[in-house]
Amino acid sequence: MNKPKTLVNKSNILALEKIRKINLLNILLKWEIILLSIFIAIIIVNSNLSPYFLDYNNLMNTTFNFIEKAIIALPMMLVIIGGDIDISVASIIALSSVFMGMASRAGVGTFGLITVGLFTGLVAGFLNGFIITKFGIPAIAVTLGSMSLFRGIAYVILGDKAFTKYPKSFAYFGQGYIGNTMIPFELVLFIVLAIIFGIVLHKTTLGRKVFVIGNNSTTANFSGVAVNKIRLIIFTVIGFCSGLSSILLTSRIGSTRPNIADGWELEIITTVVLGGVVITGGQGNIFGVIISVFIIGFLKFGMGLINIPGKVMTIIIGLLLILAIMLPELLKRIKPKNNINKIYSGVR
Amino acid sequence: MLVLPQKREFNFFIFIILIIFIISLRTPSFLDINNFMDILNDTAILSMVAIGQLMIIVTGGIDLSVDASLALTGMSVALLNQHYPEIPIFIIILISITMGLLLGSINGLLVSQAKIPPIITTLGTMSIYRGLVFVICKGTWVSAHEMTEAFREFPRRSFLGISNLIFIAILIIVLFLIFLSLTKTGREIYGVGGNKTAAQYVGINLNKINYLVFTLCGGITGLAGFLWVARYAAAQSETAIGFNLQTIAACVIGGVSITGGSGTVIGVVLGAFFIGIVYDSLTMINVSPFWQMAIQGFIILFAIIINTIMDKRNQQLLLRKRSFNE
Repeated sequence: MNKPKTLVNKSNILALEKIRKINLLNILLKWEIILLSIFIAIIIVNSNLSPYFLDYNNLMNTTFNFIEKAIIALPMMLVIIGGDIDISVASIIALSSVFMGMASRAGVGTFGLITVGLFTGLVAGFLNGFIITKFGIPAIAVTLGSMSLFRGIAYVILGDKAFTKYPKSFAYFGQGYIGNTMIPFELVLFIVLAIIFGIVLHKTTLGRKVFVIGNNSTTANFSGVAVNKIRLIIFTVIGFCSGLSSILLTSRIGSTRPNIADGWELEIITTVVLGGVVITGGQGNIFGVIISVFIIGFLKFGMGLINIPGKVMTIIIGLLLILAIMLPELLKRIKPKNNINKIYSGVR
Repeated sequence: MLVLPQKREFNFFIFIILIIFIISLRTPSFLDINNFMDILNDTAILSMVAIGQLMIIVTGGIDLSVDASLALTGMSVALLNQHYPEIPIFIIILISITMGLLLGSINGLLVSQAKIPPIITTLGTMSIYRGLVFVICKGTWVSAHEMTEAFREFPRRSFLGISNLIFIAILIIVLFLIFLSLTKTGREIYGVGGNKTAAQYVGINLNKINYLVFTLCGGITGLAGFLWVARYAAAQSETAIGFNLQTIAACVIGGVSITGGSGTVIGVVLGAFFIGIVYDSLTMINVSPFWQMAIQGFIILFAIIINTIMDKRNQQLLLRKRSFNE
């Protein structure tokens, strides 16, 4: 038998790996620097446009408006790095919130409400993950269906009514501050979660496996990574975090309507993608996502201060999403010939 | 040969007849000819746009922006009609189609040239188009009395008892049935969805096909935008919200594989008709309209799971047959 001619040998791979690492590092570094400069630019522009922007209390209080989304952006980062997507998150929020409302009407206390909220999210996320992995259906198709199903259930239960009675102590989660400081409880929760997700993604084997799955799930499967098990876990986690976010949101606005958190999936995915997570999976990093959370949050805060209507903000968020993904492709077009491509094409 | 319905469509057709039979046992008025015309009128727009969606899903993409571009064209022509009532109706139709083509081609360019995955592209353009609807109407409505009679009555006007709306839908269905099954480009669309790499090697221009399907879908959606606004005699910033999911539901119920490569126009039309029957019967047996969304989600999930299981079984049967022949 003829041996196929190939350039793939050990030293070659090592050399490639080295170049790839340096290159990746450069890109990441660049992307984060870009993000940071955007962030600083937004702060400068905003504080020039409105004198109320650079106020410690205002800045702390505006975090209430985006931390709930940020808490879902963290697991969404895992989902997208793993090569999947979940567009049912906002509907899970609605479902959790409705169930909490029902529980509250039945006289369940604060602790019980939290359990209900978290559990609903967990089950909903597990259901998504189960259908996706068990039947091998693309995540986009399944979560599209469950997006309609979960919010539909919320509409069936609530119709055109609303739940408004929640216990007083329940309000702390979405409105409370840590001690006597002006630091919101939500913000601290987000920081803790961000640290946990950062460690899991970048310092554990589980995190490495997520990257491997996102790069090539078939290869991952043949290398002994329990692909479907990990995907199931990730989808359950994102469901759980959506439940958590639902608790914070419900507690903050103190009422539940079936259209609660409508359209959030767009903003959450935008945050993650703007943070440098590659939409096709396999690349991304926690710092980018965290900076991106604050970029979008402060951008919207600033736009709100100068009276830009919410519908116009969604246009800007939509544009931001498309531009953020287009940028790498555009950069590639500007300099189509670089070394790394040559070496890779040689291997192929 | 390809125009003939396949086995799955035939089974589905029998299933629909059965469902109609069961519903009519409970509510005999369901079988009324007027009720049937109502269902056909209601599903006409859905089946048109679902055919556009079909082409995109067959290539392995998805279009979430159809409801927003429908609303944007609908609102634009409604405003045009309000401010310039002298413009004849066929010009309005041309404008709506052109505008739809334009909006669709923006999606197409982003997908084929900027290489953004369809789901993300259309998620973005969905919010942009929807936001633009709000911007151009400044949050107000265009209601029935602000439209000219020719505009309002166009979809309703009937010939031989069949409304313009149904005629247009039939025209679109026949046109795309021929396009998708009998022309070279139509077959190339299926080729792209079946196997991208193979399609490229046999010389199919992927970018061209991707651009084409989004643009064509946009054109249909634009036309549907005018028909929608005229039929319901109202244009507002929330027009047709959630309609994108309905078109996807019609596709997956009609047996379109969500991963691309297979699906027929007839299947999709039956899928749309099925949704029409379900919604109509819900109102007939007095179920609150709040159930629609949940039922739609359930049907989507159910249909996708059934499709996947059927596909796998068919593949296994094929493999077994092949090994038997050898």
